[in-house]
Formats: sequence, structure tokens, C-alpha cells
Amino acid sequence: MNVLVPLPVVLPLVAAGASIALARFPWVQRLLSLVVLASVSVAAAVLLVHVDSEGTVAVQMGAWPAPFGISLVADRLSALLVLVSSLVTLAVLVYAVGQGIADARAETGTRMPVSVFHPVYLVLSAGVSLAFLTGDLFNLFVAFEVMLCASYVLITLTGSAAQVRAGMTYVTVSLLASVLFVTAVGLIYAATGTVNLADLALRLQETPPGLRLALGLFLLVVFGVKAAIFPLFFWLPDSYPTAPAPVTAVFAGLLTKVGVYAIIRTQTLLFPEELDGATGTVLLAIAALTMLVGILGAIPQDDLKRILSFTIVSHIGYMIFGLGLASVAGLTGAVLYTVHHIVVQTTLFLAGGLVERRMATGSLHQLSGLLHLAPFTALLFLLPALNLAGIPPFSGFVAKLALVQAGVVDGSATAYVLVAASIGTSLLTLYVMARIWGGAFWGTPSRPHADPDATDTLAVGTLQVPRLMTGVTAVVVALGVAGLVVVAGPLYGVASRAADDLVQRTPYTTAVLGQGGRLVGPGPGADSRVPAGQRASTSPGQRASTSSPSVSSAVQR
Amino acid sequence: MNDLLVTSLPGNLALCLTIGVLYAVGSYLILQRTLTRVVLGIGLLGHGANLLLLVSGGPAGGAPFVTLTPGEDAGIAVAETADPLPQAMALTAIVITFALTAFLLALAYRSYSLTQADEVQDDVEDRRIARAARQQDAGERERALLAELDAADPAYDGEPVPRTGRPVDPGREERP
Repeated sequence: MNVLVPLPVVLPLVAAGASIALARFPWVQRLLSLVVLASVSVAAAVLLVHVDSEGTVAVQMGAWPAPFGISLVADRLSALLVLVSSLVTLAVLVYAVGQGIADARAETGTRMPVSVFHPVYLVLSAGVSLAFLTGDLFNLFVAFEVMLCASYVLITLTGSAAQVRAGMTYVTVSLLASVLFVTAVGLIYAATGTVNLADLALRLQETPPGLRLALGLFLLVVFGVKAAIFPLFFWLPDSYPTAPAPVTAVFAGLLTKVGVYAIIRTQTLLFPEELDGATGTVLLAIAALTMLVGILGAIPQDDLKRILSFTIVSHIGYMIFGLGLASVAGLTGAVLYTVHHIVVQTTLFLAGGLVERRMATGSLHQLSGLLHLAPFTALLFLLPALNLAGIPPFSGFVAKLALVQAGVVDGSATAYVLVAASIGTSLLTLYVMARIWGGAFWGTPSRPHADPDATDTLAVGTLQVPRLMTGVTAVVVALGVAGLVVVAGPLYGVASRAADDLVQRTPYTTAVLGQGGRLVGPGPGADSRVPAGQRASTSPGQRASTSSPSVSSAVQR
Repeated sequence: MNDLLVTSLPGNLALCLTIGVLYAVGSYLILQRTLTRVVLGIGLLGHGANLLLLVSGGPAGGAPFVTLTPGEDAGIAVAETADPLPQAMALTAIVITFALTAFLLALAYRSYSLTQADEVQDDVEDRRIARAARQQDAGERERALLAELDAADPAYDGEPVPRTGRPVDPGREERP
């Protein structure tokens, strides 16, 4: 089973190398990417089932013992996110092939060197998986860089003026965040003498509380830039909309969520006492501001992709809200919301790409009457839009309900403010989605615009959409709408067990360090806000109640 | 390990000051509008971070490899060597910074060849919304001024005076 842990990282990286060598055979490239990402999805699914039944798995790279070498750790949270992300990357790859952006057209003399798409896309997938799986702070930095290098190439893929302008902002902000990350690693190493996350969890307990709080907040800033939380989100709506639809879709679904994952992992594992105190309060304030500022930013926008980009920012706030509560119920909500948001935001951008392909514009002023022109595309947009707003019975409703219940159980005044903010944001999201619906889909049908750049391989304004693009969007919509509703029960069970692991911390540290990794300190849920008797424990009898597949079990906790 | 940092500080004071200067100059440079300065700023910040990694490894020592001759005390040999891990991390970070500075430089050149300006370009949509907000503010000020004039007019009977001809956004097409 251990061999499955590094597979989601190694397989795409090896395939990326082979893909460069095969740049002259587009069919082979396509087949290779599809096969590799499909096998990674299967491996991730097997890994999740194994980890969920057997507990956290840790693998030491190069067989160096734990605090010295690099550890890869698959716990329930990591395995779940690797599975969801690999499924989404696979779906978006099919969409990109259908759109034609992924094809090498070097022989026709176009100036777009798109044969790099497949290798870079595979590297991106490897970086995302490594970020989820690594158990080493410096290796997390390397994972971020692998992922970001690939994203730099993808966001400036065609090298057009708009993409270069947006890419410049994106690359500079990301590099600044990376420099801060290296600084944080240096400071943490100076304070503790280790970068292994499990070892850090032990060593940081011995450091002075003030230093620990400073390091925790520093890491929050570093990952906050990647996660696009308030006030560090400004680069996102500026840079995402210019990239081609599949690229934006995969960025929207995955990159910010990697930042959120890093925040959840580091704050719960390394700084649990602070998460109960000062950091938790800071996170709750950030969550409220992120939700409200993000969605208010979406309201005056005119471009479809820009509106959707602002909704990414806004909905990151929900995940931070769950983390800020620092309870099992709150973290369950955060994990559920992360999974839901990866799928739904990707789908919305894919549907937005269908609109753009048909009409060559994303401007609400210029779009009109798509409901008559393309009823199926309209349906494919409507379902995830309602899902994002949190209309029952979609997964957005389940995830939001879990968060709101966690907030009510928490019972503090701050938590109630957050509950109000999240419901308000949900209503405003519905308003924003209704604006898109009224602007683009209702009204008299308008003519498609001319392709602004007819020489590139990216055909737009054709009124014809390849069946593959529509088909794969329909599959992801079905996955997000029906799939997540059907598996909502088991998913809720996995999420709550993952949250329980995060709070306990011991499953993670003992998996990496053996019995020497036992922690004596309290986890983040062990404070007065969540009475110890109500906390889920790892004993088998209570485990059964934790896994009961209903949202109402959040109330019991 | 805290003691290690504290005792290492006086010896590396020059190094610490250098790190501070590199961060300060780098931060100043990336706040500029000129792209080449931004690239240089990122480079300097990267150097500062790499030096910081090196300092975090503790005081300087021998080569970070321990070769033991038979009969030698391993404890002494280890104490004399430098910590290898921060050096390895700094090496990794240097390579990454180097590659990405090259990429950023290429991007800045592409931007220059497209726009003939070595400057950060404005975000078009952002400007549009800022302009719309300014116009709306101006419109509200105008209406407030007219309302004041109306109130000051002795012949005004309280009925709203119809005013037309407000400029509309020319880009907006009216829909039925």
C-alpha cells in the first residue's frame, strides 16, 4: 500500500518528461496524459479507501528515518483531496483536448507553441498532489514551486498582451509569497532545528508562546496569498480571467485550495493552542471579510470570468470560517466545503468557457438570449450556479449547513456574526448568479462576436461547440450535482473522521515518527468552547457514531 | 536550538545586516512601476531569503561532511561541522529563484516588445469600474447641487423637475 503514496507525484512527473520527448506526436501525448491522470485517480481512490479504513500511512523517501529525510504522509484529508483534485484535473484535460488548446499545431505554422501544454499540465498535477501529500515544510515549498512554475507557463500560454500583463502580476505576487515562504522556513528552522511537520509539532511545543504565535501568523500570511484570503486576494481577479477556459478552471478549482489545505494543515498540526486563541479569532475576522468583500467585488463586474473569479475569493472565506472555529464540527465543514468548492468552481468556469467558445465574449452587456441559442449550456451553467449559492439539495447546501451548524454549536458571539456573514454571502452569491443569468441567458438572442485573433488555435465565436467539451462539462456537472449529493453521507463521514484526525494530531505524528511521536499537549478542539465529552474520539465504539452519514450528527457534537 | 541562534547572532551580525538591507532594497524595488526594477527586486529578495536560510543553520563550521578515521570521537567531529540541511535548502532555493528570475525577465521582455513600455500595465476592467464609480459620484454630486438650487428657488413648488440628457455609458447597449 505504501507504494501508492508517492505514485500521484512520481507518475505525472515521469510522464511529463516522456511527453516532452513525444512533442511531435500529439496523439501519443494526449493518450499518455489521459492514461496517467486516470491511473492517478484510481490510485488515489484506492489510497483513500485504504487510509480511511486502516489509518494514516507515512512513507519515508530514500528510506531515511523520519525527522532526517522527506516524509510523504497520506491521512484522510490528504487522500481525499488528492482523489478530488486528480478527478478534476482529468476532466479538465479532456475539456482542453476538446477545445483544441492542448493540441500541437507546430506543423501548421501557428505561433502558439502549445505542444508544451501536456507536459506542463502533468507537472502541475504532480505539484498539487505533492503539496497535499508531503510531510515536510521545505518539501511543501518545493511542491508549491513545482505547481507554480507550471501555472506560470499555463497562464501565459498564448503570450498575448492581456495574458502577459496578467501573468506579470501573477508571477510577481507568487514569487513574493515564495520568498516569504523561504523566510518562514528559515525562521522556523532557526527556532526548532527541523522542517519535518510531525517533528515540528513536537518541537514547537517547547518554544516560547510569543514566538510560536509569530511563526503561525507568518505562515498564515504566506499561505494566505496563495489561498487568496482578505486582504491578500487582489491578484486573483486580475490574473485568472485572461487565461484560456480550461486553465482558469483548473486554477480556480485547485490552486487556491492548495493554499487553504496548507493553512489548515499547518495551523492545526503545528499551532493548535494558538488556533484556539489569537489565531482563531484572526481567522474568523479574515473569514468574514473575505466572504463579504469578495462577493461585493463580484457585483459591479461585467465579465463572466471576472465575476466567477471574485466568487472564488468570497467562498474561500467559508473554509477559513470552518478552520477558525477550531472544532471537529468546524473542520468537518471546512473539509466538506473544500471538496464541494473544487468541483463546483471548476464546473462554473468550464460552463463559462462553453459560453465564450460560442459567443467569443464574456461581457454581460454583449451577451444575451443564450437560453434560446444553447439551452443545454444554460442548464450546465444553472445547476452549478445554484449549487454555489447553496440551494438544497446540492452539495453547497450540505457544506454550508455543516458550517452554520458548527458555528451555532460553537455559540460564541463571533461565531454568530460569522454565521450571519456566511448566510448573507450565500444570498449575495445567489444575486450575482441571477445577474449572470439575467444578463447572458435571458433576453433576445444576440449574434456571436468575431474571433478576436483568428490566427491562433483557440477558435471562439463559432456557435459550434465540440461535443467533447459539452460532454465533459456535463459529466462534471453531474458529478458535482448528483454525485456529491449521492455520496454526501459517506463524504460527510470521511470529512468528519479527517477533521477528527486533524484535531487529535497523534495519528499524523505517530504515523511519521512511530511511538516517539506521541503528543502530550491538547489538540485544537480541546478548549472550553467544545467540551471534551462531546468531542469525537478514536475509540472504535464512538467511531461508529462519528461516521453516521447525516448532517445532523454535527449537532450532536 | 534557540541557544544556537542566540549564540550565532554576534558572529553573523554583518550577515544579518546584509539580509536586512537586501530585504529593504528588494521591497523598495518591487513597489516600482518599472518592470526591470521589479525583476531586480525579486532577485534581491531571493538572495536575502537564501542568506537567511544559511544563518538559520547556526555558526559556521567545517565542511558539512563527517569522515571518521578509526579511533576518532564522533561527537567532536560532528560539533565542528556546519549544519548541512540549511545549505541544501539554500541550494534548492537558489536554483528555483534563478529559474524564476529568468522566466520573469523573459516575461518582462515580452511585455516590452508588445507594449514598447517597460511598465506595469493597468488592469483594463479595473479602470473601467473605477471610471464608472467616478461618473456615478459626479452624477450624485450634480443631483445634490440641483436639489439645493431647487430648494433655494422661491418659485419651486416641490414637484420634481424633469431633467433629461444625462450621459449614458456609450458602451452599453439597451436591451428590449
